[in-house]
Amino acid sequence: MIPDLGKYGFEVVSAYAVSIVLLLAIIGLSWRQSVKQRRALETAEARRHG
Amino acid sequence: MSLWEYANPKKFMGWTGPVLPWAFGAAGVCLAVGLFWGFFLTPDDYRQGSTVKIIYLHVPSALMAINAWMMMLVASLIWLVRRHHVSALAAKAAAPVGITMTLIALMTGAIWGQPMWGTYWAWDPRLTSFLILFLFYLGYMALWAAIDDPDTAADLTSVLCIVGSVFALLSRYAVNFWNQGLHQGASLSLDKEENVSDVFFFPLLVCIAGFVLLFVALVLLRTRTEIRARRLRALQLREVRT
Repeated sequence: MIPDLGKYGFEVVSAYAVSIVLLLAIIGLSWRQSVKQRRALETAEARRHG
Repeated sequence: MSLWEYANPKKFMGWTGPVLPWAFGAAGVCLAVGLFWGFFLTPDDYRQGSTVKIIYLHVPSALMAINAWMMMLVASLIWLVRRHHVSALAAKAAAPVGITMTLIALMTGAIWGQPMWGTYWAWDPRLTSFLILFLFYLGYMALWAAIDDPDTAADLTSVLCIVGSVFALLSRYAVNFWNQGLHQGASLSLDKEENVSDVFFFPLLVCIAGFVLLFVALVLLRTRTEIRARRLRALQLREVRT
């Protein structure tokens, strides 16, 4: 499945791996912070109105 | 209706909610198509061999590293001139995304540099200005974290952003300013003679679109988080007072 990358296989694959890990990390972190903040705000709003 | 009304926190939360899934979806599709096309379906370059495939990550991330700072600059100027809170929060939200793009550009560049230049790093004008841009991102985020009062933090980080813009611009044009160093000129050009070959150009365009859309989606998501955090802080302060 993986194309023949010749003698630079390690470099190409590691560049893709590093980039994909960093992109997934920033997406995951942003998503987690968003969910955490939304829940905290909902709780505070409920306390205020309840 | 004025354009500024869309930046009202309540309006901003209203219109960005439905836009977000589409932005993430479009980014995912463009990145999947562009990276698959570039990695699996393009040939090796006659000089660079298979390392040319790194271009699909390096060029879009470097482009976005600089453009993210430019977006932060515009948002910071809007804050300084119009005191629009959402613009300050959008600048703050963009910084972690921008630093990620800078890190990807630096790391993929280093990985590509070892086989092509014989070194991971050189104190070349473009590389050095990019490293300084990375340090500016770190400083910008640290400054936001260090100051309790959000308006003071927004003021000081805005000034830092204006200063850092010099290095953001420098990292783009360093190759043209100093005709020395290892880094080659722009990979993308309106001049067909200078541009990369079409076989690499079209998947690269799709990857760039993917990175731009991902940046937009992440900044919208993170700005929404910052608006919520600000509202939460206001509620908590009100609770403490009563």
